[in-house]
Amino acid sequence: MPLLEVRDLTVSFHTTDGLVQAVRGVSFDVEKGHTLGVVGESGSGKTVCTQTLIGLTPGADVSGRALFDGQDLLRMSSAELRKVRGARIAAIFQDPLSSLHPLYTVGWQIVEMIRAHRHIARSAARARAIELLDMVGIPQAASRVDDYPHQFSGGMRQRAMIAMALALDPDLIIADEPTTALDATVQAQVIELMMKLQAEFDTALIIITHDMGVIAETADEVMVMYAGKAVEKADRRTLFYFPHHPYTKGLLESIPGSTAAGEKLRPIPGQPPSLISIPTGCAFHPRCQYVMDRCISEVPPLFDIAGGHTSACFLPTQILGLGEDVDRERASAAAVGRAENGAAARLAARATEEIETSGVHLPDAGALAGAGMSDRSRDPGTSQNSPDDAGTQQ
Amino acid sequence: MCGVFILFLVLVAVFADPLSHLIGWGPTQQDRATGTTADGLPVGPGRIHLLGADQLGRDVLVRLIYGARVSLVVGVSAAVAAVLIGVIIGLCAGFLGPAVDSVLARLMDVVLAFPFLLFAIALVTVVGPSEPLEIAVIAFFSWAAVGRIVRGQTLAIREREYVEAARSLGAGNLRIMVVDVLPNLIAPVLVYVTLLIPISIVFEATLSFLGVGIIPPTPSWGNMLDDAQQGGLYQVAWWFLTFPAAALVLTTLAFNLLGDSVRDALDPRTERLFAK
Amino acid sequence: MTALPHGTSPAAAATAAAAAAPASTDDDDALLTLDDVVKHFPIRRGVVIKSEVGQVRAVDGVSLTVRRGETLGLVGETGCGKSTLARCMTRLYPLTSGRITFDGRDISRLSPRAMRPYRRQMQMIFQDPYGSLNPHRRIGSIIGDPFAIHGVADGPERKRKVQELMELVGLNPEHFNRFPSDFSGGQRQRIGVARALALRPKLIVCDEPVSALDVSIQAQIINLLQTLQSELGLTYVFIAHDLSVVEHVSDRVAVMYLGKIVEIAERAALYGTPRHPYTAALLSAASVADPDRAAVRQRIVLHGDVPSPIDPPSGCRFHPRCPKAQEICSRVQPDLVPVLADLPTHVTACHFPMADGEKLGTAPVEPADDRPPGTGVW
Repeated sequence: MPLLEVRDLTVSFHTTDGLVQAVRGVSFDVEKGHTLGVVGESGSGKTVCTQTLIGLTPGADVSGRALFDGQDLLRMSSAELRKVRGARIAAIFQDPLSSLHPLYTVGWQIVEMIRAHRHIARSAARARAIELLDMVGIPQAASRVDDYPHQFSGGMRQRAMIAMALALDPDLIIADEPTTALDATVQAQVIELMMKLQAEFDTALIIITHDMGVIAETADEVMVMYAGKAVEKADRRTLFYFPHHPYTKGLLESIPGSTAAGEKLRPIPGQPPSLISIPTGCAFHPRCQYVMDRCISEVPPLFDIAGGHTSACFLPTQILGLGEDVDRERASAAAVGRAENGAAARLAARATEEIETSGVHLPDAGALAGAGMSDRSRDPGTSQNSPDDAGTQQ
Repeated sequence: MCGVFILFLVLVAVFADPLSHLIGWGPTQQDRATGTTADGLPVGPGRIHLLGADQLGRDVLVRLIYGARVSLVVGVSAAVAAVLIGVIIGLCAGFLGPAVDSVLARLMDVVLAFPFLLFAIALVTVVGPSEPLEIAVIAFFSWAAVGRIVRGQTLAIREREYVEAARSLGAGNLRIMVVDVLPNLIAPVLVYVTLLIPISIVFEATLSFLGVGIIPPTPSWGNMLDDAQQGGLYQVAWWFLTFPAAALVLTTLAFNLLGDSVRDALDPRTERLFAK
Repeated sequence: MTALPHGTSPAAAATAAAAAAPASTDDDDALLTLDDVVKHFPIRRGVVIKSEVGQVRAVDGVSLTVRRGETLGLVGETGCGKSTLARCMTRLYPLTSGRITFDGRDISRLSPRAMRPYRRQMQMIFQDPYGSLNPHRRIGSIIGDPFAIHGVADGPERKRKVQELMELVGLNPEHFNRFPSDFSGGQRQRIGVARALALRPKLIVCDEPVSALDVSIQAQIINLLQTLQSELGLTYVFIAHDLSVVEHVSDRVAVMYLGKIVEIAERAALYGTPRHPYTAALLSAASVADPDRAAVRQRIVLHGDVPSPIDPPSGCRFHPRCPKAQEICSRVQPDLVPVLADLPTHVTACHFPMADGEKLGTAPVEPADDRPPGTGVW
């Protein structure tokens, strides 16, 4: 039995603008000692999804099931949940400065956190706090334990958060963009530390991030989210090298320096949808260059591809991977699925054009001159004057 | 609700003349025949004087109506004048750099440190009371508070990236102040104006009450209250004290509530909550 | 892929021809030259009388050249002074000392008024697509700002030009009257690009233009900037903390650490044979979106944190964290010169530069200096 088994989780919020459907039926498992990477762009519902599990989305309409060690987290009272949170499920957030109270010392906060769940003496808790800070690599932990959060650097604060998360030997740690606010060198340290500690304590980890680089280094399994749904789930290597869903493929091809992208980036056209008005059918269809007729009206379920690899896309399951050959296969498979001059055909043509041009519509030279330069080009006398001259003429 | 009350007050003030005509008494008209009893005491609310009469037999309702006019004129114009001065000085202090700021900020501190009532009484004693002077005095003592708020806001806005963007485009100080900073001040300033109006109305009443505001016999809520407490008249004629006091409290309350709802309506947080 | 400026007039063509001359570090080729630029921010303390208690040495003696038509990448971690340097380049901040030459003219001491004509020629694109657009103004008016400020076009003509710009950067020109809050982050960044392009500048300083954007949108903006560069012959200074983005867009790359440039080289040289240990560490730490490559790469984990720029280490500023540091490093500040057998275009400020293929010891060096960073300033 997996440590955490989430089934058909749905979360929505009522706002003055309308119903925000943040999560629309997401299922996933986290095994003991494994790392699940949840990747998606802002507004994909990845954060709401995990915050709901630990009861941090008050006021939301939640349905579904989230069995943690056999108990449904979504049915727990807030008192029961409080016992689980911190002790058995710990969380690390993006901005450690806002998760640490500025007016108390780091040590005090760890001590209080331990004593809230365990009945041990203050001195013992303090010793534990020092031990934890030392374990996460804070130098001179015995004296730094009495520092305030602002006396720590960004990387040290994130380490302190990790220390706090580990304080009670949790079974599961949820890390929401744990390294986004950190610099590259510090990010490397923090990831290394998290991986080392995870291996040591056999903790399950959910890492939520928009950074495919972090996923590539940490995750065992990966879930890609788009507009509140999981669009593809696979183990790490499969996801990076044999993606099926066009959104996953698009994400990989957008990353500068990645093997998938090569010299020219192929961005995903358009903008992510608002969670208030989600497109019909496959939510990704307005941005997809392989859109077919059925994508506009039918919601694709997660199709099984092979050994735990699932993808919510109507394209044939044998078309996997990156590269021009695979893209041609995708294109021809998609062409079969759409009527001549239908809505899908138009959307696909527009998306393809936008990928090629990045949405840049370069007008002809004359029109370009009109875009700001006409004052110069029309009057060669002033066109190349030095700025000083231009200044006196004004 | 508070809007309705304020609208009603404004209409009453505007149509004070026809209203008093309708009621049948002038604001300073003394009804010696029916306004006072045989032993010289004012009559209470009744058929002839709806809200009673004062010690000189003047109709309290009519005087309240004319008092509303004074309160609104003085309150609104003092508030607007204070805000204009405050915005200009606060904007300059916040935007034009530390040198200008230290001079203007000290100036504001000095104004705020002045004992308001003592100064007002002294000034009026020297110059003689008048309505414009009263407006000037209230505005003079209110602008600094506005100036401080505007200065604080400006200091914050000055550091925004879009101000930096405007500078990088070559925009001058004046342009940035007018085009980029000022629109961001509209919301807080509008809220402050609505909150400053009741303060100014109470200031006005205070000055009139102390006899350094509106010159009798012109009615204002302040000097009506003054009349009422003279010689302890309110002990026998409660209406004389109660009605102007109630008018003052209700008006202040209405403006404060209006200020709150203006703030709620303009609060950028409510509209930005889901913009991101 | 050095793009040449495409002028529209004979004079511009001449400039293009000059730029096409054999690549050299000649001054003719230089659009922007920074000479020992220093920017210190005073720290004032005190309740009644404020006195200067120290200085944040944000930029501390930077010299570099930006050539016509190139993209110069500038990388460094938080607090290294790269954004301050960008604002010094565009003269948004007055310099503490040093000299900036733009297009052959010294602009380092010009008054804001005298600076105005140059502002037409150098523009900035900012990091925060939410913060860099005034939320209370319509985007037509925001994009039209450069025209209004410089009195270039008015009324219907301005509107036409603004709509052309919107079309150019991939925005719907009919959205002229909308407010910034109606647009997503990527679209807002396009608005920022349109505004920067309005007066057809020669130089655009991009300060982390894509850091705040989602990956797929980031790629849109990068491609947009690249297309515009090749079409309009723009010169970019591209500041970012993401090394792969910088690698993707830059012709040359400068690495900054604590207010100083530690290494400048052509892109391939810098990413292929980094000389400065800091550059090497930075490159090794960058995340790689490829599980197999991520598994085999050797990460140089630096210990400790970046020291405070209020009181930077003596000598080479990197020495307290450097695995190769020796005694001389804490005493003598190394010059930015070609090292080993490098081309003159590859300069490094290091006493013990890394040889080709040298692996930096990943052995932990206990941080000598692990004070809290700064005293609340950074």
